[in-house]
Amino acid sequence: MTDESGGLDSGDRARIAQQFIDSIPHARALGMRVDDLGEGRATISMPWSEHLVGDPRTGIVHGGVVSALMDTCCGAAVMSHPSSPRSTATIDLRIDYMRGAAPGQRITARAECYHMTRSVAFLRAVALDEDGDNPVATAAGTFTAERQAR
Amino acid sequence: MMDRNEPLDQIKTRRDSALRALATGVPYMTWLGIRFDRRGDELTAILPFDDKLIGNPALPAIHGGVTAAFLEVTAIIELSWSAMWEDLESGRIAPDAAVPDSLPRLPKTIGFTVDYLRSGLPRDAYARARVVRSGRRYASVHVEAWQDNRARLMAQATGHFLMPQP
Repeated sequence: MTDESGGLDSGDRARIAQQFIDSIPHARALGMRVDDLGEGRATISMPWSEHLVGDPRTGIVHGGVVSALMDTCCGAAVMSHPSSPRSTATIDLRIDYMRGAAPGQRITARAECYHMTRSVAFLRAVALDEDGDNPVATAAGTFTAERQAR
Repeated sequence: MMDRNEPLDQIKTRRDSALRALATGVPYMTWLGIRFDRRGDELTAILPFDDKLIGNPALPAIHGGVTAAFLEVTAIIELSWSAMWEDLESGRIAPDAAVPDSLPRLPKTIGFTVDYLRSGLPRDAYARARVVRSGRRYASVHVEAWQDNRARLMAQATGHFLMPQP
């Protein structure tokens, strides 16, 4: 993603972001969809699926799936920051699980880059199922913000 | 309690089938391709490289979420394995992949913190977990993942888990 986003509306930005997500094999494998993106914030969702289940007795998806969604969403939020980092990678990510995501429901992650330095981005994220009032998980992370080639 | 003269093949069959039941009972683990190598009670998780694990196609590098999932899976299986070891060896339980109810319920993740130390190369990854503290209700587990060199970690994590209640 480049800094040419000046003349683009949110629909254009979301479409470009979806192309970016589709270029990531693992995000595509999980069926991720960019619902909103811009100004250091991202909303990405994915469908429930049988092969992502962590506990066959309940049909609840594995915690690792939620991690992958939150990590991708945080990375997208970093890339959409107005300071236009060239690329990003996770430094650390902490996830707290409040409850299992309801089987059959979409999982939506919302991430916010609440602080940015020259080389580090600070992120907060939340994961929800269709009961938007009771979070499935929350996350806090730091990501690299790589600038122009040195 | 331990029978010194128990036939070796019986011991190996018991342990290997219990481990297989534990590892194949989780669809997501099968989808990622994770399997376990066992030496006595020591487990090593193996994540064979696959294109669908890529998070950065330009490098390419394994997706950070996959790394987190791999570490979490390894921690949960190690915790469950170490918690059931006594019951398994004494014959009180005999987990069988074909009978899901024969398996103990898995611990639930409360919190999981991953440190990313090196980007994941497009090749197999390995992980080993250590149960730091295991109580009746809560447990704490540390887990490390690497690729080519055991001493050059790709990532490490600490997790807290809620143990299944009898």
